[in-house]
Parts: sequence; structure tokens; C-alpha cells
Amino acid sequence: MNVAISIAGQTLDAPFDARFGRAESFCVVETDTGNWTIHANPALSASGGAGVLAAQLIARLGAQAVVSGAYGPKAHRTLSAAHIDCFLAPGNEARSAAEILDAFTSGRLALADSATHGGHHGD
Amino acid sequence: MRIVVASGKGGTGKTTVATSLAQVAAERDAVHFLDCDVETPDAALFLHPSLDVHREVGIRVPRVDPQACNACGTCAEICRFNAIAVVGETTLVFDDLCHGCGSCTWMCPEQAITEHLFVTGTIDSGTTPDGIAFARGLMNVGQAMGMPILRELKKRTPSPMPRSSGAPRRALEIRDAPPGASCPVVETMRGADFVLFVTEPTPFGLHDLKQVVAIAHDLGIPAGVVINRDGIGDDAVGAYCAEHDLPILLRIPMDRRIAEAIAGGRTLVEAAVDYRPKFRDLLEQILAEATV
Repeated sequence: MNVAISIAGQTLDAPFDARFGRAESFCVVETDTGNWTIHANPALSASGGAGVLAAQLIARLGAQAVVSGAYGPKAHRTLSAAHIDCFLAPGNEARSAAEILDAFTSGRLALADSATHGGHHGD
Repeated sequence: MRIVVASGKGGTGKTTVATSLAQVAAERDAVHFLDCDVETPDAALFLHPSLDVHREVGIRVPRVDPQACNACGTCAEICRFNAIAVVGETTLVFDDLCHGCGSCTWMCPEQAITEHLFVTGTIDSGTTPDGIAFARGLMNVGQAMGMPILRELKKRTPSPMPRSSGAPRRALEIRDAPPGASCPVVETMRGADFVLFVTEPTPFGLHDLKQVVAIAHDLGIPAGVVINRDGIGDDAVGAYCAEHDLPILLRIPMDRRIAEAIAGGRTLVEAAVDYRPKFRDLLEQILAEATV
């Protein structure tokens, strides 16, 4: 399967980015082969709706799961509509994307059944 | 004739000047007063209109017919506010991100989108005891966009005014602008014949005055200045006005009488009747400057 991880950098050694919509980039890993690709997050500079835009990128990249530190209501709704599982990794300690990947593949990460916080826009 | 009262800096006396100007104008002219500060309209506290007409306004948000939609993604691509997402075969709409621009409806190749009113505020209108036709926009709590309400407020059809037997009544619209120098201020000024800037003679007053003067200049609207709380601060506003050919049409000194009247919900010219002739002069100067 393909899993997308929010990161701040260009390789698997780059630090994990706990923000979803405003992550610098996403690393998409094919868990069977270990092959990975890096994709810049177009939502980084969006004036609003960053989570919605980032979620559509993840869907387009063909990921079945995503790992980040938090999901807003609109990001979660968009990812759910795309049948993408949202996994949570704590962002309060510095870790690399590779370490997050290891935690994911060994089944140590929890699913976010709903948004982890309120929206930043309007409501 | 449309006159905007703006300031840049908040709390300089826009509403103080606009409401008194309206009352003095209403002595002989047909006056429409628009409170354009839709986030915190306060002119009604001084003009005491009976607001008996309320109209819900807002933006038109898209609704997607899932039968007609083929999830091509054009709407999501075209939306610069990320208010529409297309994932797989599903099209999602986020009303609170939508600005109601209508681009998605226009661009949908399948014509699968219709638009529905999403209420963001109200337009309240009525008449004041002085016979001023009054209207204000009021944004609902939790909303962030005042512009659609402001545009509706400006579109309001003027009600017919009673004719007087004396001198011909001029039709005047006085718009009380929001503070600041952002889009709602530009929208308030757009289409106006004159902008009256109310400022205070302080560095903060001058800093923000420069910003709104630049807006009026870009829009090609003639302008003049009222210096409120004259005597405090410094002379920099006066020097700036002289340098930029901005006429100073009225100076209102710091006066406890006026401050007490405002705190009690009365207008400046009600509390200090000696200002009535000064405001009549101000109005005539504005009309003269606007038609040069």
C-alpha cells in the first residue's frame, strides 16, 4: 500500500512535520517495496482551505493512508471521502520520516476517527 | 451626490461627523444614510432610526447535483479559495470557505452546479426622527466576510422622499465607512463623489490618513479633511494636507461637551448647537469641491 507522511524536507531522513495542511511536503512510500517519492505541498502558501487542498493532493497521489500530527475538520472530511485512513503520530519530539514510517508499518500508530481540532477559518 | 466619511484610524470621529452632517443636511435635503461598518455599525445609536425592515443577505454558494456531476475536477481547480474538493467520484463543498464568486457554476462543463443563498448578515432599514432614510449592514456573528453585505447595502433602492414646497431638495447619500484601509473601505468609497476624511492630529492619525488618501486618489475621488480633537498631538496632519492640496474643511477642538453627548447617544450638533452653522458650511464646501 501507499502511505503519505507529512515532512519538512526532501528525503526520508527529513524531519516529520506534525501539521497536515501546512506541511512543507509529503513523502509517499510504497510499503511493500520501500520506494518513496517526495511531493511539495501546494497548500503551504494557500490563504485558506489548506487542509482541503493538501487532502486532494494525497488523494491524487494514490495514497491509502496518511500520517500527520493533526487533522482539521475539512481535511478530515476530504480524506474520508477519498477513503484514506488518517493516522496520528505525536509531533512533540523530533523524529525523521523514516522513524515515522517504521512506527506505521509496525502498527504502533492510532487512527484519527474524526478531526483532531476545530477549523481555523470562520467557525 | 454620494459622500463617504472615512478615516483610516479607528475612533477619530467618523460617525460623530457623519451623523451630524446628515442631520444638518436633512434640514433641507433628502438624505440617505448608509452605515457601511458592517462589523460594528453604530450610527443608529445616534440617529435613532426605527429599523422596521430587515432583509437577509449573504453569498450564493454552490450545490452540486451528484447525478449530473462527473467529478471532472474543474470546479476544484478553478476555486482559488479551496472551497470545493473533488476526490474520486465525490465533490465536496465547504460553505465557510466560499466567497460566492460564482466561478465554479460558470465553469462547470456539465452545468451540474446551482447556487443557493448562504445567509451571512442582514440589511436593516428605516427612517430617523429627522426624516433621514437610514440603512445599515450587520454581519452575523461568526462570519468573516463583510464585502457581500456591503455590496447589497450599496445596491439598496432609495425609498421616495416627500417633496418640500421650498427650495429644491438635493438627494444626498452619506456613507459612514468602516475603519482601516482594507477592501471594505475601498468598496465603501467606490462610486462616491467625495470622501471626507476625519482624522486626529497625532502620528497614528496621520499614518492611517495617508493610506486612505492614497485609496481616494487611486479611485479619482476628490477629498477633504476634518481634524477632530484639534489641539492635541502635533501639526504634522496640517503640514501633510497643505503639501498634498487636501483642504481642511473643519477643525473640531477637544471639547468635553461633545464627548459627553456622544457617550449619551446624542449627536455633536444636538449637544453643541453652535456647530450647526459650521456643519452647514462643511456640507456646502463638500458640494462645491465635489462638483469642481
